[in-house]
Amino acid sequence: MKLHSWGRYPVSASKTHKALSATALQKSLSGLSGGSAIARGLGRSYGDSALADEVICTERVDQFYAFSEDTGLLRCAAGVTLDSILNTFMPRGWFLPVVPGTRFVTVGGAIASDIHGKNHHVDGSFCQHISALSLLLPSGEIVQCSVTENSELFFATCAGMGLTGVILEATLSLRKIHSSAITQNTLRARNLEEVFAQFEDHHDSSYSVAWLDCLAQKEHLGRSLLYLGEHAKDNQLKKQGRGTISIPFATPSQMLNRYSMRLFNSAYYNKPTNTTQAIKLEAYKYFFPLDSIAHWNRLYGRRGFVQYQCVIPDPSALDAMRSILSTVSAAGKGSFLSVLKKLGPSNKNLLSFPMQGYTLAMDFKVERSIFSLLDELDHIVADHGGRLYLAKDARMSETMFKRFYPRWEEMQSIRERIGANKVCNSLQSTRLGL
Amino acid sequence: MKTILIIGANSAIAKATARLYAQEQCQLYLLGRDTATLAEQKADLEIRGAASVDFAPFDATHFAIHEAVIDQALDILGHIDIVLICHGSLPDQSLCEVDFDAASEAFKVNALSVISLLNILAQKMQQQNNGSIAVVTSVAGDRGRQSNYIYGAAKGMVSLYLQGLRGRLFPFNVNVIDIKPGFVDTPMTSHIKKGALWASPEQVAHCIVKGIDRNKPTVYAPYFWRYIMQIVCSIPESIFKKLKF
Repeated sequence: MKLHSWGRYPVSASKTHKALSATALQKSLSGLSGGSAIARGLGRSYGDSALADEVICTERVDQFYAFSEDTGLLRCAAGVTLDSILNTFMPRGWFLPVVPGTRFVTVGGAIASDIHGKNHHVDGSFCQHISALSLLLPSGEIVQCSVTENSELFFATCAGMGLTGVILEATLSLRKIHSSAITQNTLRARNLEEVFAQFEDHHDSSYSVAWLDCLAQKEHLGRSLLYLGEHAKDNQLKKQGRGTISIPFATPSQMLNRYSMRLFNSAYYNKPTNTTQAIKLEAYKYFFPLDSIAHWNRLYGRRGFVQYQCVIPDPSALDAMRSILSTVSAAGKGSFLSVLKKLGPSNKNLLSFPMQGYTLAMDFKVERSIFSLLDELDHIVADHGGRLYLAKDARMSETMFKRFYPRWEEMQSIRERIGANKVCNSLQSTRLGL
Repeated sequence: MKTILIIGANSAIAKATARLYAQEQCQLYLLGRDTATLAEQKADLEIRGAASVDFAPFDATHFAIHEAVIDQALDILGHIDIVLICHGSLPDQSLCEVDFDAASEAFKVNALSVISLLNILAQKMQQQNNGSIAVVTSVAGDRGRQSNYIYGAAKGMVSLYLQGLRGRLFPFNVNVIDIKPGFVDTPMTSHIKKGALWASPEQVAHCIVKGIDRNKPTVYAPYFWRYIMQIVCSIPESIFKKLKF
């Protein structure tokens, strides 16, 4: 069947195996017809990392196995979604240690991408809160991995994009909260220098993220709204509103052009915002604003979009961001939502994305002219020692990947050792020469 | 705290519905084919908030054990607020057309076993003088189509039975709810190509819980199937007989 991920680009013709249990997953892995195969959760990565000739769907393997009210440790199947964890445990005073911009991802997918959240500068990425996982190897063998047990395999599987096998289950630690609300402070920054200074000033804030006007130029370059958040302490644990609107079909992509984008970005930056006082809002509204618009990816039209997310290490982050933004702005391309975020230190996972510095994410409608622009951005990122996020990527070159992720060779040797290089390959890994 | 008996608990729709009831802290009793899966479901549902979960293995086509199994469930639950019957299988239509054993088996699983259970449950619910009986049938039971009439006839048989039962139990405060899902993406339909009309088991589960809650006699899941089936049922037979779907 025709399959694509969240960016709706590229589209692949894939055979899907829908498994209902770990045993069924084992069967699908051994019953492959010889092409490349990759595990897939909810397909919320953006590009081609969850696409292959054969796709092993894990979303129905979604049981909770055990939970301890004393320690907050949850053992669950890899197909469990962050949405169902939050819906189950938030009313009881527990929250996930790390959440991305959407709650519609599976635990397996979150581990494979080693996702980060608005608290990365304090708490690190998702896999740093995984105490153990079980992995189905291409041989059919199931192995337990953790920081201490089979650690080599653990660090290859966390952020491993599914390239070491199929993650079956994981144990993660939830954290105690005393309110389902977030206290949010909004700061307006007139340009990039200001927002960087504000990120540094509020380094101790639990959560922080900035929305950025990627089309503003000259003295307004990088103007932003910085959202700081803390868990409220009002002892009120409420069920979160789930009301959504839905985009029913792919809208004509001509609606998104440089004029409409500029208008939207300008209006968003200038919207009346209370920057003097903290406001309290539902956690879902703070963390997952876009989840209230189902299928928002259809707004980018039939051909889809690519998300470009890079990170630049600290000392040169400001310079690099400035040149990235001016390049994008000069090209007249841009996105509705560009997001800037300060990240904390990197971890031991071989293909993990975050590193101490700043990350910027932008959406671009797929059109021919976009790819040369993104290649140009790749050079800026590489020259400053940064890298691109594999979970968002649909187009980077093999050369660039190997510059961005110097530990790819270690990954490859582990893959060869367990025979994964012959079985677990996504369209992305093939493109990147893994 | 509501007490809920789910028959055919291994089915995808039952699983999703049980989870919603678990979140409401209900007490659950599961009957299903596969014990290992039932044990896994018990752990899952208790973590999700169920007050308690018990289960027993159950073969729907083994009519002789139906009464004992229901008695056992009643022993534990004490009283049944909601019983949900979900089991079923999609027969191979073309095989059933030439092989009566296959057709008979399809009727046994999808219709007769349900009627056997309902006969017993109706008496018990009548005695307790309240509660709801919900049965998952299908939109296929609304009109016989040449591509799927064995399954449709079996489901339609149950729907007609439920209409009568609804009247019979009305004086006893027992609600009878007929749930008619359209296309649902479950293991039962895994071999069929999916289009825009397909719903997830979770969507159907929400319709079921809402429908039982509001005591609707017939619940189309999702709701739009009511209108689709109105159109399907209004096509004159002279035209309908020429339609291949």
